[in-house]
Amino acid sequence: MQINPHLGISQLNVHIGDQQILKNININFPNKAITAIIGPSGCGKTTLLKTMNRLIENSRGVNITGKVLINGQNIYDDYEDLTSLRKKMGLLAQRPTPLPMSIYANVVFGLKLHGIKDEKILQEKAEKYLRIASLWDEVHDRMRDPASKLSIGQQQRLCLARGLAIEPEIILCDEPTSALDPISSKKIEESFNELKQEYTIILVTHILRQARRLADYVVFMYLGEIIEFGPAKEIFENPKEQLTKEYIGGLIS
Amino acid sequence: MMKHKYFKKLEEQFFFGLMQLATVTILFGLLFILFTILWKGIPNLSWEMISQKPQGGFYMGGGGGILNAICGSLLLGLGSTILGLLLSIPIVIWLNIYAGQYSRNAVMVRTALDMLWGIPSIVFGAFGFIIMLALGIKASLLAGIVTLTLLILPIMVRGMDEVIKTIPKELHESTLSLGATRWEMATRVILRKALPGIVTATLLGFGRAIGDAAAVMFTAGFTDNIPQKLTDPVASLPLSIFFQLGSPFEIVRGRAYAAALVLTIIILVISFLSRLITAKYQKHSR
Repeated sequence: MQINPHLGISQLNVHIGDQQILKNININFPNKAITAIIGPSGCGKTTLLKTMNRLIENSRGVNITGKVLINGQNIYDDYEDLTSLRKKMGLLAQRPTPLPMSIYANVVFGLKLHGIKDEKILQEKAEKYLRIASLWDEVHDRMRDPASKLSIGQQQRLCLARGLAIEPEIILCDEPTSALDPISSKKIEESFNELKQEYTIILVTHILRQARRLADYVVFMYLGEIIEFGPAKEIFENPKEQLTKEYIGGLIS
Repeated sequence: MMKHKYFKKLEEQFFFGLMQLATVTILFGLLFILFTILWKGIPNLSWEMISQKPQGGFYMGGGGGILNAICGSLLLGLGSTILGLLLSIPIVIWLNIYAGQYSRNAVMVRTALDMLWGIPSIVFGAFGFIIMLALGIKASLLAGIVTLTLLILPIMVRGMDEVIKTIPKELHESTLSLGATRWEMATRVILRKALPGIVTATLLGFGRAIGDAAAVMFTAGFTDNIPQKLTDPVASLPLSIFFQLGSPFEIVRGRAYAAALVLTIIILVISFLSRLITAKYQKHSR
Protein backbone atom coordinates (compact mmCIF):
# COMPACT_ATOMS: atom_id res chain seq x y z
CA MET A 1 0.00 0.00 0.00
CA GLN A 2 1.06 3.54 -0.61
CA ILE A 3 2.60 5.61 2.11
CA ASN A 4 0.65 8.87 1.96
CA PRO A 5 -2.96 8.26 1.10
CA HIS A 6 -5.06 11.33 0.33
CA LEU A 7 -7.99 9.74 1.90
CA GLY A 8 -8.06 7.09 4.57
CA ILE A 9 -10.64 5.83 6.99
CA SER A 10 -9.97 4.03 10.22
CA GLN A 11 -12.36 2.34 12.64
CA LEU A 12 -15.32 4.28 11.39
CA ASN A 13 -18.70 3.43 12.87
CA VAL A 14 -21.87 5.30 12.01
CA HIS A 15 -25.17 4.89 13.81
CA ILE A 16 -28.41 6.56 12.79
CA GLY A 17 -30.87 6.21 15.62
CA ASP A 18 -30.36 2.70 16.98
CA GLN A 19 -29.38 1.34 13.61
CA GLN A 20 -25.74 0.77 12.79
CA ILE A 21 -25.22 1.85 9.20
CA LEU A 22 -21.44 1.45 8.94
CA LYS A 23 -19.49 -1.15 10.88
CA ASN A 24 -15.80 -0.72 11.60
CA ILE A 25 -14.69 0.65 8.26
CA ASN A 26 -10.94 0.63 7.63
CA ILE A 27 -9.60 1.58 4.24
CA ASN A 28 -6.97 3.66 2.49
CA PHE A 29 -8.14 4.86 -0.88
CA PRO A 30 -5.47 4.74 -3.60
CA ASN A 31 -4.35 8.16 -4.84
CA LYS A 32 -5.04 9.27 -8.39
CA ALA A 33 -7.17 6.32 -9.30
CA ILE A 34 -10.82 5.43 -9.53
CA THR A 35 -12.08 3.38 -6.62
CA ALA A 36 -15.58 2.05 -7.12
CA ILE A 37 -17.73 1.23 -4.12
CA ILE A 38 -20.20 -1.48 -5.08
CA GLY A 39 -22.82 -3.39 -3.17
CA PRO A 40 -26.56 -3.93 -2.95
CA SER A 41 -28.83 -1.00 -2.14
CA GLY A 42 -28.97 -0.15 1.54
CA CYS A 43 -25.48 -1.49 2.21
CA GLY A 44 -24.12 1.89 3.29
CA LYS A 45 -22.32 2.99 0.13
CA THR A 46 -23.83 6.46 0.06
CA THR A 47 -23.48 6.90 3.82
CA LEU A 48 -19.79 6.05 3.55
CA LEU A 49 -19.40 8.63 0.81
CA LYS A 50 -21.17 11.27 2.88
CA THR A 51 -18.95 10.71 5.91
CA MET A 52 -16.02 11.82 3.77
CA ASN A 53 -17.16 15.42 3.40
CA ARG A 54 -19.24 15.49 6.58
CA LEU A 55 -22.58 15.83 4.83
CA ILE A 56 -23.73 12.91 6.96
CA GLU A 57 -23.98 15.25 9.93
CA ASN A 58 -27.06 16.83 8.40
CA SER A 59 -29.06 13.65 8.93
CA ARG A 60 -30.90 13.41 12.21
CA GLY A 61 -29.70 11.30 15.09
CA VAL A 62 -26.31 10.49 13.61
CA ASN A 63 -23.51 9.25 15.78
CA ILE A 64 -20.06 8.94 14.24
CA THR A 65 -16.99 7.40 15.80
CA GLY A 66 -13.59 6.76 14.21
CA LYS A 67 -11.47 8.75 11.84
CA VAL A 68 -11.63 10.00 8.29
CA LEU A 69 -8.16 11.20 7.36
CA ILE A 70 -7.41 13.60 4.57
CA ASN A 71 -3.70 14.06 4.05
CA GLY A 72 -3.26 12.65 7.53
CA GLN A 73 -5.67 15.01 9.26
CA ASN A 74 -8.81 13.71 10.88
CA ILE A 75 -11.68 15.70 9.37
CA TYR A 76 -13.77 15.17 12.49
CA ASP A 77 -11.17 16.84 14.76
CA ASP A 78 -8.82 19.01 12.84
CA TYR A 79 -11.19 20.75 10.45
CA GLU A 80 -13.18 23.30 12.34
CA ASP A 81 -13.95 25.00 9.09
CA LEU A 82 -16.18 22.92 6.85
CA THR A 83 -15.67 25.27 3.94
CA SER A 84 -11.96 24.53 3.65
CA LEU A 85 -12.61 20.80 4.06
CA ARG A 86 -15.20 20.77 1.33
CA LYS A 87 -12.95 22.75 -0.95
CA LYS A 88 -10.76 19.66 -1.05
CA MET A 89 -13.48 17.46 -2.48
CA GLY A 90 -16.07 17.82 -5.19
CA LEU A 91 -19.36 15.97 -4.99
CA LEU A 92 -21.34 14.76 -7.97
CA ALA A 93 -24.84 13.82 -6.87
CA GLN A 94 -27.21 11.16 -8.17
CA ARG A 95 -29.38 13.62 -10.00
CA PRO A 96 -28.10 16.82 -11.57
CA THR A 97 -28.52 19.80 -9.27
CA PRO A 98 -28.20 23.00 -11.28
CA LEU A 99 -28.28 26.06 -9.04
CA PRO A 100 -31.06 28.53 -9.84
CA MET A 101 -28.80 30.84 -11.85
CA SER A 102 -27.05 31.09 -15.21
CA ILE A 103 -24.69 28.46 -16.63
CA TYR A 104 -21.74 30.75 -16.00
CA ALA A 105 -22.81 31.60 -12.46
CA ASN A 106 -23.13 27.88 -11.74
CA VAL A 107 -19.55 27.14 -12.73
CA VAL A 108 -18.05 30.05 -10.80
CA PHE A 109 -20.34 29.72 -7.75
CA GLY A 110 -17.79 27.79 -5.70
CA LEU A 111 -14.95 30.06 -6.78
CA LYS A 112 -16.83 33.12 -5.65
CA LEU A 113 -17.55 31.46 -2.31
CA HIS A 114 -13.83 30.95 -1.89
CA GLY A 115 -13.16 34.62 -2.45
CA ILE A 116 -12.10 34.84 -6.10
CA LYS A 117 -13.59 38.01 -7.50
CA ASP A 118 -11.42 38.85 -10.52
CA GLU A 119 -13.78 38.48 -13.48
CA LYS A 120 -10.93 37.52 -15.81
CA ILE A 121 -9.77 34.63 -13.64
CA LEU A 122 -13.36 33.48 -13.18
CA GLN A 123 -13.94 33.42 -16.92
CA GLU A 124 -10.73 31.56 -17.60
CA LYS A 125 -11.53 28.93 -15.03
CA ALA A 126 -15.11 28.58 -16.22
CA GLU A 127 -13.87 27.85 -19.73
CA LYS A 128 -11.14 25.50 -18.54
CA TYR A 129 -13.42 23.31 -16.45
CA LEU A 130 -16.31 23.36 -18.89
CA ARG A 131 -13.85 22.04 -21.47
CA ILE A 132 -12.69 19.29 -19.12
CA ALA A 133 -16.31 18.29 -18.54
CA SER A 134 -16.72 18.38 -22.36
CA LEU A 135 -19.53 20.87 -22.19
CA TRP A 136 -17.79 24.01 -23.46
CA ASP A 137 -18.61 23.52 -27.13
CA GLU A 138 -22.29 23.16 -26.34
CA VAL A 139 -22.66 26.17 -24.06
CA HIS A 140 -19.94 28.73 -24.80
CA ASP A 141 -22.34 30.97 -26.74
CA ARG A 142 -25.10 30.89 -24.14
CA MET A 143 -23.32 31.19 -20.81
CA ARG A 144 -25.93 33.63 -19.47
CA ASP A 145 -28.86 31.28 -20.07
CA PRO A 146 -30.47 29.60 -17.07
CA ALA A 147 -28.75 26.33 -16.24
CA SER A 148 -32.15 24.68 -15.93
CA LYS A 149 -32.61 25.02 -19.70
CA LEU A 150 -29.87 22.48 -20.38
CA SER A 151 -30.71 18.83 -20.94
CA ILE A 152 -30.35 16.48 -17.98
CA GLY A 153 -27.10 15.09 -19.34
CA GLN A 154 -25.69 18.56 -19.92
CA GLN A 155 -26.76 19.59 -16.43
CA GLN A 156 -24.80 16.70 -14.92
CA ARG A 157 -21.69 17.70 -16.88
CA LEU A 158 -22.23 21.26 -15.68
CA CYS A 159 -22.31 19.96 -12.10
CA LEU A 160 -19.06 18.13 -12.79
CA ALA A 161 -17.45 21.31 -14.11
CA ARG A 162 -18.78 23.23 -11.13
CA GLY A 163 -17.28 20.70 -8.73
CA LEU A 164 -13.94 20.68 -10.54
CA ALA A 165 -13.75 24.46 -10.61
CA ILE A 166 -13.11 24.66 -6.87
CA GLU A 167 -10.00 22.61 -7.66
CA PRO A 168 -10.47 19.75 -5.23
CA GLU A 169 -8.06 16.86 -4.73
CA ILE A 170 -10.76 14.25 -4.41
CA ILE A 171 -13.96 13.73 -6.39
CA LEU A 172 -16.84 11.95 -4.68
CA CYS A 173 -19.53 10.56 -6.99
CA ASP A 174 -22.82 9.09 -5.85
CA GLU A 175 -24.19 7.02 -8.73
CA PRO A 176 -23.55 9.98 -11.03
CA THR A 177 -25.00 8.46 -14.16
CA SER A 178 -28.10 6.83 -12.74
CA ALA A 179 -30.42 9.55 -14.04
CA LEU A 180 -28.71 9.92 -17.42
CA ASP A 181 -29.24 8.53 -20.89
CA PRO A 182 -26.56 6.19 -22.30
CA ILE A 183 -24.81 8.85 -24.38
CA SER A 184 -24.53 11.33 -21.51
CA SER A 185 -23.38 8.53 -19.21
CA LYS A 186 -20.64 7.70 -21.66
CA LYS A 187 -19.44 11.30 -21.73
CA ILE A 188 -19.28 11.43 -17.94
CA GLU A 189 -17.40 8.14 -17.85
CA GLU A 190 -14.92 9.40 -20.44
CA SER A 191 -14.32 12.48 -18.29
CA PHE A 192 -13.56 10.26 -15.30
CA ASN A 193 -10.96 8.36 -17.26
CA GLU A 194 -9.18 11.63 -18.02
CA LEU A 195 -9.62 13.01 -14.52
CA LYS A 196 -8.04 10.12 -12.71
CA GLN A 197 -4.64 11.32 -13.91
CA GLU A 198 -4.93 14.14 -11.43
CA TYR A 199 -7.66 13.33 -8.95
CA THR A 200 -8.52 10.63 -6.47
CA ILE A 201 -11.99 9.52 -7.51
CA ILE A 202 -14.42 7.63 -5.29
CA LEU A 203 -17.34 6.33 -7.31
CA VAL A 204 -20.40 4.81 -5.69
CA THR A 205 -22.22 2.75 -8.27
CA HIS A 206 -24.77 -0.01 -8.44
CA ILE A 207 -23.99 -0.72 -12.07
CA LEU A 208 -21.48 -3.56 -12.08
CA ARG A 209 -20.59 -3.02 -15.72
CA GLN A 210 -19.75 0.59 -14.96
CA ALA A 211 -17.40 -0.49 -12.18
CA ARG A 212 -15.83 -2.98 -14.58
CA ARG A 213 -15.33 -0.31 -17.23
CA LEU A 214 -13.95 2.40 -14.97
CA ALA A 215 -12.59 1.19 -11.70
CA ASP A 216 -8.94 0.63 -10.89
CA TYR A 217 -9.87 -0.58 -7.42
CA VAL A 218 -13.12 -1.94 -6.08
CA VAL A 219 -14.62 -1.97 -2.60
CA PHE A 220 -17.45 -4.42 -2.07
CA MET A 221 -19.78 -3.58 0.80
CA TYR A 222 -22.54 -5.64 2.33
CA LEU A 223 -24.79 -4.71 5.27
CA GLY A 224 -22.56 -1.85 6.39
CA GLU A 225 -19.28 -3.71 6.23
CA ILE A 226 -16.42 -3.77 3.77
CA ILE A 227 -16.31 -7.36 2.61
CA GLU A 228 -13.49 -7.07 0.13
CA PHE A 229 -11.19 -4.39 -1.26
CA GLY A 230 -8.60 -4.80 -3.96
CA PRO A 231 -7.61 -4.09 -7.56
CA ALA A 232 -10.61 -4.26 -9.86
CA LYS A 233 -9.21 -7.13 -11.88
CA GLU A 234 -8.80 -9.27 -8.81
CA ILE A 235 -12.26 -8.53 -7.44
CA PHE A 236 -13.99 -9.25 -10.70
CA GLU A 237 -11.98 -12.22 -11.86
CA ASN A 238 -10.87 -13.87 -8.71
CA PRO A 239 -12.78 -12.70 -5.63
CA LYS A 240 -11.65 -14.17 -2.36
CA GLU A 241 -14.87 -13.89 -0.41
CA GLN A 242 -17.93 -16.01 -1.04
CA LEU A 243 -20.26 -12.96 -0.72
CA THR A 244 -18.31 -11.04 -3.35
CA LYS A 245 -18.50 -14.01 -5.68
CA GLU A 246 -22.25 -14.21 -5.24
CA TYR A 247 -22.75 -10.49 -5.80
CA ILE A 248 -20.55 -10.36 -8.88
CA GLY A 249 -22.26 -13.47 -10.17
CA GLY A 250 -25.64 -11.84 -9.69
CA LEU A 251 -26.81 -14.19 -6.97
CA ILE A 252 -27.44 -11.40 -4.45
CA SER A 253 -28.44 -7.91 -5.31
CA MET B 1 -66.64 -9.83 -16.22
CA MET B 2 -68.73 -7.64 -18.48
CA LYS B 3 -70.77 -6.43 -15.55
CA HIS B 4 -67.64 -5.45 -13.68
CA LYS B 5 -66.37 -3.43 -16.60
CA TYR B 6 -69.69 -1.68 -16.99
CA PHE B 7 -69.66 -0.73 -13.32
CA LYS B 8 -66.12 0.67 -13.61
CA LYS B 9 -67.16 2.89 -16.45
CA LEU B 10 -70.19 4.11 -14.55
CA GLU B 11 -68.04 4.84 -11.51
CA GLU B 12 -65.63 6.87 -13.58
CA GLN B 13 -68.44 8.84 -15.22
CA PHE B 14 -69.95 9.56 -11.83
CA PHE B 15 -66.76 11.02 -10.37
CA PHE B 16 -65.94 12.87 -13.55
CA GLY B 17 -69.39 14.44 -13.30
CA LEU B 18 -68.74 15.44 -9.70
CA MET B 19 -65.51 17.16 -10.69
CA GLN B 20 -67.25 19.08 -13.44
CA LEU B 21 -69.96 20.12 -11.01
CA ALA B 22 -67.37 21.36 -8.50
CA THR B 23 -65.55 23.36 -11.15
CA VAL B 24 -68.74 24.95 -12.44
CA THR B 25 -69.91 25.80 -8.90
CA ILE B 26 -66.68 27.58 -8.07
CA LEU B 27 -66.49 29.43 -11.38
CA PHE B 28 -70.13 30.44 -11.08
CA GLY B 29 -69.59 31.77 -7.54
CA LEU B 30 -66.53 33.75 -8.57
CA LEU B 31 -68.14 35.24 -11.66
CA PHE B 32 -71.30 36.04 -9.73
CA ILE B 33 -69.34 37.99 -7.12
CA LEU B 34 -67.30 39.85 -9.73
CA PHE B 35 -70.41 40.59 -11.76
CA THR B 36 -72.29 41.94 -8.74
CA ILE B 37 -69.42 44.20 -7.74
CA LEU B 38 -69.03 45.51 -11.28
CA TRP B 39 -72.73 45.92 -11.91
CA LYS B 40 -73.46 47.74 -8.67
CA GLY B 41 -70.07 49.41 -8.28
CA ILE B 42 -69.39 50.99 -11.66
CA PRO B 43 -72.41 53.36 -11.66
CA ASN B 44 -71.30 54.69 -8.27
CA LEU B 45 -67.63 54.95 -9.11
CA SER B 46 -66.51 58.47 -9.85
CA TRP B 47 -63.35 60.51 -9.71
CA GLU B 48 -64.74 62.26 -6.66
CA MET B 49 -65.16 58.88 -4.98
CA ILE B 50 -61.48 57.96 -5.17
CA SER B 51 -59.86 61.39 -4.95
CA GLN B 52 -61.58 62.98 -1.96
CA LYS B 53 -61.96 62.42 1.72
CA PRO B 54 -65.51 62.07 3.08
CA GLN B 55 -67.20 65.41 3.55
CA GLY B 56 -69.79 66.18 6.19
CA GLY B 57 -72.76 63.86 5.95
CA PHE B 58 -70.97 61.45 3.59
CA TYR B 59 -72.56 58.46 5.27
CA MET B 60 -76.00 59.97 4.78
CA GLY B 61 -75.50 60.58 1.08
CA GLY B 62 -73.35 63.71 1.29
CA GLY B 63 -70.39 64.55 -0.95
CA GLY B 64 -66.80 63.37 -0.87
CA GLY B 65 -65.17 60.01 -1.36
CA ILE B 66 -63.25 57.18 0.21
CA LEU B 67 -59.68 58.42 -0.24
CA ASN B 68 -59.19 58.03 3.53
CA ALA B 69 -59.98 54.32 3.31
CA ILE B 70 -57.96 53.76 0.13
CA CYS B 71 -54.84 55.35 1.64
CA GLY B 72 -55.46 53.63 4.96
CA SER B 73 -55.85 50.19 3.40
CA LEU B 74 -52.73 50.63 1.27
CA LEU B 75 -50.73 51.68 4.33
CA LEU B 76 -52.08 48.83 6.44
CA GLY B 77 -51.71 46.23 3.68
CA LEU B 78 -48.24 47.21 2.53
CA GLY B 79 -46.99 47.90 6.04
CA SER B 80 -48.03 44.52 7.40
CA THR B 81 -46.82 42.69 4.28
CA ILE B 82 -43.37 44.27 4.53
CA LEU B 83 -43.17 43.59 8.26
CA GLY B 84 -44.46 40.06 7.59
CA LEU B 85 -41.74 39.48 4.98
CA LEU B 86 -39.02 40.70 7.32
CA LEU B 87 -40.21 38.22 9.94
CA SER B 88 -41.26 35.24 7.83
CA ILE B 89 -38.11 34.85 5.73
CA PRO B 90 -35.82 34.33 8.75
CA ILE B 91 -38.40 31.95 10.25
CA VAL B 92 -38.57 29.92 7.04
CA ILE B 93 -34.77 29.76 6.78
CA TRP B 94 -34.57 28.62 10.38
CA LEU B 95 -37.28 25.98 9.90
CA ASN B 96 -35.75 24.46 6.79
CA ILE B 97 -32.02 24.93 7.17
CA TYR B 98 -30.97 25.53 10.74
CA ALA B 99 -33.54 23.60 12.79
CA GLY B 100 -33.52 20.64 10.42
CA GLN B 101 -36.58 20.23 8.24
CA TYR B 102 -38.24 17.51 10.29
CA SER B 103 -36.67 18.13 13.70
CA ARG B 104 -38.98 18.20 16.70
CA ASN B 105 -38.68 21.98 17.07
CA ALA B 106 -39.52 22.58 13.44
CA VAL B 107 -42.55 20.29 13.59
CA MET B 108 -43.76 22.06 16.73
CA VAL B 109 -43.43 25.49 15.14
CA ARG B 110 -45.26 24.28 12.03
CA THR B 111 -48.11 22.88 14.09
CA ALA B 112 -48.37 26.13 16.04
CA LEU B 113 -48.45 28.16 12.82
CA ASP B 114 -51.12 25.90 11.34
CA MET B 115 -53.26 26.46 14.41
CA LEU B 116 -52.74 30.22 14.24
CA TRP B 117 -53.76 30.10 10.58
CA GLY B 118 -57.14 28.73 11.61
CA ILE B 119 -57.90 31.36 14.23
CA PRO B 120 -60.55 33.87 13.10
CA SER B 121 -59.29 37.39 12.54
CA ILE B 122 -61.70 38.86 15.09
CA VAL B 123 -59.74 36.95 17.75
CA PHE B 124 -56.52 38.57 16.55
CA GLY B 125 -58.32 41.91 16.71
CA ALA B 126 -59.55 41.30 20.24
CA PHE B 127 -56.11 40.06 21.30
CA GLY B 128 -54.45 43.15 19.85
CA PHE B 129 -57.02 45.30 21.58
CA ILE B 130 -56.29 43.75 24.99
CA ILE B 131 -52.56 44.30 24.55
CA MET B 132 -53.19 47.89 23.49
CA LEU B 133 -55.34 48.50 26.57
CA ALA B 134 -52.64 47.03 28.79
CA LEU B 135 -49.97 49.22 27.23
CA GLY B 136 -52.21 52.27 27.03
CA ILE B 137 -51.98 52.57 23.23
CA LYS B 138 -54.86 54.01 21.22
CA ALA B 139 -56.19 52.59 17.98
CA SER B 140 -53.59 53.56 15.40
CA LEU B 141 -51.91 52.71 12.11
CA LEU B 142 -49.06 51.03 14.00
CA ALA B 143 -51.35 48.86 16.12
CA GLY B 144 -53.30 47.89 12.98
CA ILE B 145 -50.12 46.95 11.11
CA VAL B 146 -48.84 44.84 14.01
CA THR B 147 -52.15 43.00 14.41
CA LEU B 148 -52.43 42.33 10.68
CA THR B 149 -48.84 41.09 10.63
CA LEU B 150 -49.69 38.56 13.33
CA LEU B 151 -52.70 37.53 11.25
CA ILE B 152 -50.80 36.97 8.01
CA LEU B 153 -47.53 35.63 9.42
CA PRO B 154 -48.75 32.01 9.57
CA ILE B 155 -50.03 32.25 6.00
CA MET B 156 -46.77 33.66 4.68
CA VAL B 157 -44.48 31.34 6.64
CA ARG B 158 -46.36 28.15 5.84
CA GLY B 159 -46.83 29.13 2.20
CA MET B 160 -43.09 29.66 1.73
CA ASP B 161 -42.25 26.66 3.88
CA GLU B 162 -44.25 24.24 1.73
CA VAL B 163 -42.42 25.42 -1.38
CA ILE B 164 -38.97 25.22 0.21
CA LYS B 165 -39.73 21.72 1.50
CA THR B 166 -40.12 20.52 -2.09
CA ILE B 167 -36.57 21.58 -3.05
CA PRO B 168 -34.59 18.35 -3.44
CA LYS B 169 -32.12 17.43 -0.71
CA GLU B 170 -29.46 16.93 -3.37
CA LEU B 171 -29.50 20.65 -4.12
CA HIS B 172 -28.77 21.39 -0.46
CA GLU B 173 -25.97 18.83 -0.45
CA SER B 174 -24.39 19.98 -3.70
CA THR B 175 -24.40 23.58 -2.54
CA LEU B 176 -22.78 22.68 0.79
CA SER B 177 -20.24 20.52 -1.03
CA LEU B 178 -19.08 23.52 -3.00
CA GLY B 179 -18.08 25.02 0.33
CA ALA B 180 -21.12 27.18 1.02
CA THR B 181 -22.06 27.83 4.60
CA ARG B 182 -25.67 27.23 5.56
CA TRP B 183 -26.29 30.97 5.44
CA GLU B 184 -24.82 31.27 1.94
CA MET B 185 -26.87 28.28 0.81
CA ALA B 186 -30.05 29.78 2.24
CA THR B 187 -29.66 33.24 0.76
CA ARG B 188 -28.00 32.52 -2.58
CA VAL B 189 -29.60 29.25 -3.58
CA ILE B 190 -32.65 28.19 -1.60
CA LEU B 191 -34.48 31.52 -1.42
CA ARG B 192 -33.75 32.09 -5.07
CA LYS B 193 -35.05 28.71 -6.04
CA ALA B 194 -38.19 29.29 -3.97
CA LEU B 195 -38.81 32.80 -5.28
CA PRO B 196 -42.09 32.05 -7.11
CA GLY B 197 -43.44 30.43 -3.95
CA ILE B 198 -42.29 33.33 -1.82
CA VAL B 199 -44.09 35.76 -4.11
CA THR B 200 -47.28 33.71 -4.00
CA ALA B 201 -47.19 33.44 -0.21
CA THR B 202 -46.56 37.18 0.07
CA LEU B 203 -49.49 37.97 -2.20
CA LEU B 204 -51.75 35.66 -0.22
CA GLY B 205 -50.70 37.50 2.93
CA PHE B 206 -51.22 40.89 1.33
CA GLY B 207 -54.67 39.93 0.07
CA ARG B 208 -55.68 38.75 3.49
CA ALA B 209 -54.28 41.84 5.23
CA ILE B 210 -55.86 44.40 2.95
CA GLY B 211 -59.20 42.60 2.88
CA ASP B 212 -59.67 41.96 6.57
CA ALA B 213 -62.17 44.03 8.55
CA ALA B 214 -62.31 42.32 11.94
CA ALA B 215 -58.61 42.55 12.82
CA VAL B 216 -58.48 46.31 12.24
CA MET B 217 -61.87 47.20 13.71
CA PHE B 218 -60.54 47.65 17.26
CA THR B 219 -56.88 48.13 16.55
CA ALA B 220 -56.68 50.63 13.70
CA GLY B 221 -59.89 52.52 14.38
CA PHE B 222 -61.59 54.57 11.69
CA THR B 223 -61.27 58.17 10.65
CA ASP B 224 -62.23 60.50 7.84
CA ASN B 225 -58.65 61.74 7.62
CA ILE B 226 -55.51 60.36 6.08
CA PRO B 227 -53.01 59.44 8.83
CA GLN B 228 -49.93 61.64 9.12
CA LYS B 229 -48.00 59.46 11.53
CA LEU B 230 -47.92 55.89 12.84
CA THR B 231 -49.87 56.78 15.97
CA ASP B 232 -52.85 58.26 14.10
CA PRO B 233 -55.97 56.17 13.69
CA VAL B 234 -56.56 54.99 10.16
CA ALA B 235 -59.53 54.07 7.96
CA SER B 236 -59.68 50.95 5.83
CA LEU B 237 -61.70 49.83 2.81
CA PRO B 238 -63.30 46.74 4.39
CA LEU B 239 -64.60 48.82 7.32
CA SER B 240 -65.67 51.56 4.96
CA ILE B 241 -67.65 48.98 2.97
CA PHE B 242 -69.12 47.62 6.19
CA PHE B 243 -70.32 51.02 7.42
CA GLN B 244 -71.78 52.03 4.07
CA LEU B 245 -73.58 48.74 3.51
CA GLY B 246 -75.31 49.20 6.84
CA SER B 247 -76.72 52.55 5.80
CA PRO B 248 -80.46 53.02 5.23
CA PHE B 249 -79.70 55.25 2.24
CA GLU B 250 -79.72 53.61 -1.18
CA ILE B 251 -76.94 55.86 -2.54
CA VAL B 252 -74.61 55.08 0.36
CA ARG B 253 -75.14 51.35 -0.08
CA GLY B 254 -74.32 51.77 -3.77
CA ARG B 255 -71.05 53.45 -2.85
CA ALA B 256 -70.14 50.39 -0.76
CA TYR B 257 -69.99 48.38 -3.99
CA ALA B 258 -67.79 51.04 -5.56
CA ALA B 259 -65.46 50.72 -2.56
CA ALA B 260 -65.46 46.92 -2.98
CA LEU B 261 -64.58 47.39 -6.64
CA VAL B 262 -61.67 49.67 -5.67
CA LEU B 263 -60.42 47.07 -3.17
CA THR B 264 -60.59 44.32 -5.79
CA ILE B 265 -58.74 46.46 -8.33
CA ILE B 266 -55.98 47.30 -5.82
CA ILE B 267 -55.40 43.59 -5.10
CA LEU B 268 -55.36 42.73 -8.80
CA VAL B 269 -52.96 45.56 -9.68
CA ILE B 270 -50.51 44.74 -6.88
CA SER B 271 -50.65 41.06 -7.73
CA PHE B 272 -49.99 41.78 -11.40
CA LEU B 273 -47.15 44.21 -10.69
CA SER B 274 -45.30 41.88 -8.32
CA ARG B 275 -45.59 39.02 -10.80
CA LEU B 276 -44.19 41.30 -13.49
CA ILE B 277 -41.27 42.43 -11.35
CA THR B 278 -40.34 38.90 -10.25
CA ALA B 279 -40.70 37.39 -13.73
CA LYS B 280 -37.25 38.79 -14.45
CA TYR B 281 -35.68 36.76 -11.63
CA GLN B 282 -37.98 33.81 -11.99
CA LYS B 283 -36.38 32.45 -15.13
CA HIS B 284 -33.76 30.69 -13.01
CA SER B 285 -36.05 29.15 -10.48
CA ARG B 286 -38.37 27.18 -12.74
